[in-house]
Order: sequence, then C-alpha cells, then structure tokens
Amino acid sequence: MGRYVARRLLQMIPVFLGTTLLIFLMVYSLPGDPVAALFGDKAADPTTVAKIRHDLGLDHSIWRQYWDYMSGIVLHFDFGNQIASGRPVTDILSSAFPVTLRLAGLAFVFEVVVGIGLGIMAGMRAGRLADNAILIFTLLIISVPVFVIGNILIGTFGVNAVSLDENTSELIVPAMVLGSLSLAYVVRLTRTSMAENLRADYMRTAIAKGLPRRRVVGVHLMRNSLIPVVTFLGTDLGALMGGAVVTESIFNIHGVGGTIYESIVRREGTTLVGLVTILVLVYLVMALLVDLLYAVLDPRIRYA
Amino acid sequence: MRRATHAKWAAGAVAVALAATACGGGGSGGGGGAEGIVSSSWGDPQNPLEPANTNEVQGGKVLDMLMRGLKRYDPKTGEAKDMLAQSIETSDSENFKVTLKDGWTFSNGEKVTAKSFVDAWNYGANLKNNQKNASMFSYIDGYDQIHPKSGAPAADTMSGLKVVDDKTFTVKLNQKFSTWPDTLGYPAFAPLPRAFFDNHAAWLSKPVGNGPYTVDSYTKGSKLAMRKWAGYMGADKAQNGGIDLKVYTDNNTAYTDLTAGNLDLVDDVPASQLKNVKADLGDRYINTPAGIIQTLAFPYYDAAWNTPDAVKVRKGISMAINRQQITDTIFQKTRTPATDWTSPVLGEAGGYKAGLCGDSCTYNPTEAKKLITEGGGFPGGQLKISYNADTGSHKEWVDAVCNSINNALGNDKACVGGPVGTFADFRSQITQSKMSGPFRAGWQMDYPLIQNFLQPLYYTGASSNDGKWSNAEFDKLVDQANADTDKAKAVADFQQAEGVLRDQMGAIPLWYQNGSAGYSTRISNVSLNPFSVPVYDQIKVS
Repeated sequence: MGRYVARRLLQMIPVFLGTTLLIFLMVYSLPGDPVAALFGDKAADPTTVAKIRHDLGLDHSIWRQYWDYMSGIVLHFDFGNQIASGRPVTDILSSAFPVTLRLAGLAFVFEVVVGIGLGIMAGMRAGRLADNAILIFTLLIISVPVFVIGNILIGTFGVNAVSLDENTSELIVPAMVLGSLSLAYVVRLTRTSMAENLRADYMRTAIAKGLPRRRVVGVHLMRNSLIPVVTFLGTDLGALMGGAVVTESIFNIHGVGGTIYESIVRREGTTLVGLVTILVLVYLVMALLVDLLYAVLDPRIRYA
Repeated sequence: MRRATHAKWAAGAVAVALAATACGGGGSGGGGGAEGIVSSSWGDPQNPLEPANTNEVQGGKVLDMLMRGLKRYDPKTGEAKDMLAQSIETSDSENFKVTLKDGWTFSNGEKVTAKSFVDAWNYGANLKNNQKNASMFSYIDGYDQIHPKSGAPAADTMSGLKVVDDKTFTVKLNQKFSTWPDTLGYPAFAPLPRAFFDNHAAWLSKPVGNGPYTVDSYTKGSKLAMRKWAGYMGADKAQNGGIDLKVYTDNNTAYTDLTAGNLDLVDDVPASQLKNVKADLGDRYINTPAGIIQTLAFPYYDAAWNTPDAVKVRKGISMAINRQQITDTIFQKTRTPATDWTSPVLGEAGGYKAGLCGDSCTYNPTEAKKLITEGGGFPGGQLKISYNADTGSHKEWVDAVCNSINNALGNDKACVGGPVGTFADFRSQITQSKMSGPFRAGWQMDYPLIQNFLQPLYYTGASSNDGKWSNAEFDKLVDQANADTDKAKAVADFQQAEGVLRDQMGAIPLWYQNGSAGYSTRISNVSLNPFSVPVYDQIKVS
C-alpha cells in the first residue's frame, strides 16, 4: 500500500509537467501581444513595450520561457509576475484560493450531505412517491442553468451579493447555488446504485443471517453503493474550484474562477498557468484519494 | 486491521492534498457602511496605481481622489484651472516658468515643492520605470535622452526641467506648444512625495498623495477604502466622509446591488439594463457627454484606400450610416451622433463645432449610393468592418452600421462585420498594419483640448495614427496652431485642420460617447466629469 502511494505520487510528476507544458503552449499560442494591449485603444510606445517584454522575459524563446517558469516554481515557489500590475502571481493565488476553497468546500459539504441523504431516501423507496418527488426535483435542478438559479435567488428572494469575501456565512447561499447541479448528480448516482444493490445476493445473505437493518443498510449496502458517487465527487471538487465563473460573478466573489476568466481576457499568461497548475494538482491529488477510497469502501479492491 | 491501514493511507493522502493546496489566508478588510461613507462600484485597475502608469478609468478614479496637480479640469466645464499652480508663464510658447502656491503638503506631512514635481516627471518619463504614460512627457526637452527609441537611457533626468527654488521650476519644451499648460491637469503630471521613491513597494500598497482623500486600506482585487483628509488645502474639499471602492467583476451584479440598496453608486450601467433604468432609478440616473468619440478608421497603407476615388467611397459610407437610429435603439441614447471629430465636452470655445462635418455626416442613402458607385465601389468588392469581439459588445453596432450601409446600397452582402477574437489580437493587427478595410477606433481624450482629438490621431506619424493617414496641409495647420500664443487663434487653426480631415474623410466620425451612472437615495449631488469619472468629492450623504 505504501509503495502504491509512492508510485502514484511519482507518476504525478510527468503528468504535472505535461499538463503545465500544454497549458503554457496554449496560452502563448494565442494571437496578440498582451503587453501592447495594456495601452488600450491608444498606440503603445514601442520602446516601453520592448522594455516590459524584456523585464518579464517574454522576449525569450517559448522553451526558455517554460524552463524559467518551471524552475522558478520548483526552486523558489515563484510563479512570476503579472504583466499588467507587476504583482507577484503568488500574491494573486493567495488571495483567490482561500476564498475559493471556502466556497468550494461549502458547496462540496452541501452536495455530499444533502445529495447522499436524498439519494438514500430515494434509493430505499425506489418507485414510490418520495423517489419520484426527488427525481423530479433533481431533473428541475439539472435543467435550469446556474445563472438562472442565482439570479432568481437574488431577484426574488432578496439574497444579496457577497459584501466581503472573508465572511464565510455570506458564502453559504452562493455555495448552495454552485453545488446544486452536482447535488442533483450525486442524488441520482446514489439512488440508482442503492436501488440496484438492494437486490444483490450479499444483501439477501445479510438479511437472512439476521443482521440488524441499520447494519445491513449502513455498512453492507452503503459501502458498495458509494463507489460511483465517490468517483464523481473526486473530480467534482476540482470542477467546483475552477468552474465557478458564473456563480462568482453573480455573487461578486473574487475567487479562482473569475480570476481565470479575467486572465484569459487580459491574456495574463503567468497568472493563468499558475492558477491552472494548482488546479491540476488538486485534480491529481483527488484522483489518488478516490483510488485509495475504493479500497476502503470495497475490501475486494486491493493495492499491492 | 486492513481496513484501518487503508484509511490511514487515505488520511495521509488528504494531508498531502491539504499541504499542496494550502495558501496563506487573506487578512480581513475594513468595515464599511459607516456614516458619511459612500460605497461605489469599481473595477480592478490593470496597472499599479502610479500616476504615470494609469491609463484607464478605474485607476483614474483613485488618482482623482488622491492626487492634485498644477491644474485641474473643472468637473463641469472641463476648463483647465490652476490648482497647485500660482502661475505658469511663457513669452515664447516654448519656455515656461511654473510657480507653486504656498502651504500644500502631502498627507504624510511632507511639503509639496518644485522638486516633488520634477522628480515625479523624471520618474514618469524614464524608460527604466516602464510607465505607460511616459509619452505624455515627450514634449519636454531631453525626453529623447531619458526615453530613447532604442537602447538604455543616456540620462536620469530631462534637461528641460530645472528646479529654481522650493516654489519655482522651469520647463523647456522641444517644440512650440502654446496650450501645453492646459495639458497639466492629466494625472501623470501629479507631484509625488519622497516616500514614493524611497519605499516604492510600501507606497504601492498604500499610496500617499496630496488630494482630498487618503487611502485608508487597500485589499488588492476586492476593495479600496478612501477617507476624507482633514488637512487638504484645496477648495474642493470632500463633502462626504469617504468612498469605499468595491471591485465588481460583472457590472450587472453591481447594478443589482444598487437596486437592492447595498451599493450607493454605479458608474457603468450595463447596456442590458438601460431599458429598465428609468423605472428602477427615475431621476437618479445620469447620462452626460464624456470626452470619448468613436470613429471608423481606414488603412491608408493599403493603396486601394489611398486614392482620390476612395475619398468619395468614404464619404458615401459615412452618409449611408443612420447614426440617429443606431444611437437611439442600440445605445438607448447613451451615444450622440457625431457631427465633428472632437467632443461636446470641449465646449464651443474649446473647439467643439457641431455640424462641422456637414452633409458628409448626414444620413442620405441616395447620395451615399451615388458617391460609392462614382468612387468605383468598395475596394475588394466587399466592406469588412473589423472589431474586437471580447469586450464592449461592438458586434451589435457594427452589424447595425453594416445593415444601414447594405440598405442604402440595396445589397445585403455589401458590408459585413469582421470580428477579431481578442482585444490583444485586434491591437496587434492594427499596429502591424494588417487591416484591409475600416476598423473600429475609439478615442478617450487625455485632456480636454482640441489638439488632443486631432494631433495624436491624424498627424503624420503620430503615436495613435493607426490608419497611417497623412496630409501635408493638415500637418501644416496643426504646427501653426501649436505655435499660436493666442488660444482663440489656435482653436481656429485646429478647426481649419479639421476641415481638411473632413474634405478627405480621413476617418468617419460615428458618435460621441456618454458617461452613465446610477445612485441610491442615500446620496445626492452626483455628477460625472468629462472623463466619465464620478466627481466623488462633491457627493453628499444624507
């Protein structure tokens, strides 16, 4: 097991290098010069542009730039500076990520607790009224886009945009909006998986040998049914962190999603690569966690 | 036991995950909502808040509260009025003697002296400092030494700037420029305290100036709290306790916050809300002219556009555009049809002349069709109007302009929009002279002078002459106007130059842009200055 984890951690290195290189190449192949665009509709002063490009190392070849960038990250934890403001990218990361971690964390807790809860209710009563009601409810959530839900909450229910990113209590409603779509998926996955396993042989055996119902459902049924749900949740945390652009802009939260969007529009290459690099790490670690959780949930899965 | 081991490893991996994603938590910002404090929408300024490095309106808002220079443009009339300047004297339009008023200090107690200005200007001009407005200093003698066309600067100061004593300095320009003192209201010309040079990083995180407000706290990317400075020397003291600038990534959210009563002032009403604005805000909506004009520029480096026949085609295009209809329907009257190449904010004395363009800017589809046919039609057979598609919703009006042209010509394929994905790419194509047809050109004035609407845009080889238009007669008249010591005479000469631009239809004027803002019932006396920045110091809180 220890060897397995070590091997997986080592495997992350080439994946990490490959993804960052790809992102780096994509950002730098975009047309247009981000430095010249800083001058707005006015003509850029060519000497100043050349000087800024030189200071940021943008006048080197793309391979040299990638090398400088990666060695900066690995050796000094230096993600470079923003083109427009000259702010260190680490500064931007450290102001955007805590906000996003809180938002995504709340959304995650919300979808896990409510999603699995509703899923169990529906799964145990498959085909009956509660099940149908829950299925219709999730269908509704899936088919209504996030910005509609967000704007309905703001417009009709008097929910306010976030006044201060640091206030965790203000993030609860945005987190519910953000987590709503995934919640619907979690409900449906849990429900289907449970309804199916209810008819499995081991369930019949467990009931036949007289185990209490709480143990049959809580241990035997739940553990086996949660594997697809955990798979989904693992990748979803990354999506919640990076993909909250719409929710963040509706509620005016200054997190990772909005920063990524803005970096794309302003062609802030270093910022964009820095943000995405950390998201890649999140995805990699979550994938490992999910794989390890499989073994916890299902004793038949073993890692030598 | 095996299960416990699995769980242990999973827990270990969780710890690794947390360590990998752990970042320093942000400090908590200041409160807000205190009495007398106005909350206002803001966008994260692109550049550091240095005066000579701020070339967009979001950073401009802060500088307007934080800094006062030699001159200040009257928020109502746009006229350049003395602020810190006691006098600016010249006998030859080339050598100026600047005398400062007594008693001005920065909010950290340091005196504002002649050196505060000279040091700031030298800093702004120096190539080493990467200041985006460095070219504002290009009229000062010695600029080519401190900001050479290539290589490293040969000097650290401009030879044209000399400190005489604490209250006096002299400026020598490298050409005659009679209205130069009127350019000094531009924020780049603000004085800077020693703290700016001695501890630059600290200054940037909490800028210090000599204006009516001081920076109370600044959380980059989310909020800037400005507070009234009791020690301010000027007549335009703050009428409120302070301004909280809150960053909104989406102006729709800001507008919703305003209508919900969580925000006092929005100075960028989203286009999609313009229809509701009367119902939502009533008379708490303002829509006033700003010093911005939108035009269609042409690529004169393309031989096909640089012929006498093409003049007719350009006039024809101009006459085929139904400006009134487009500004009324698409822009909901937040634009006004342009009839010259300047802006109404200049006022008549400043050089704005309604109707200067005459028939050439009046909608006349029959005459338009005739002119375009006489001129041999569009070069290449089709007119393609280029614009950037990522910001500013340009698609709508470009399509409308094309529709208007197509209707005039009775050919629905005569004109099409040519979107370019990003603004950066759009600018690159323009600077590399890769345009093959007309393209969107917007100009926001630096200072309210007719010179600023003509020289940088249409003078041969000028910095923002994107279409590379060149006309000897125009250049001669501009030179002449700059040498005039009499202001009225200078304005008349500039207008004559504008006449040449009209006869050649060097660029097609489309419309003047307005600034718009909405505010809450909590505040009053809200207005926008000619740069479409709210006049924060005049706002009263009830």
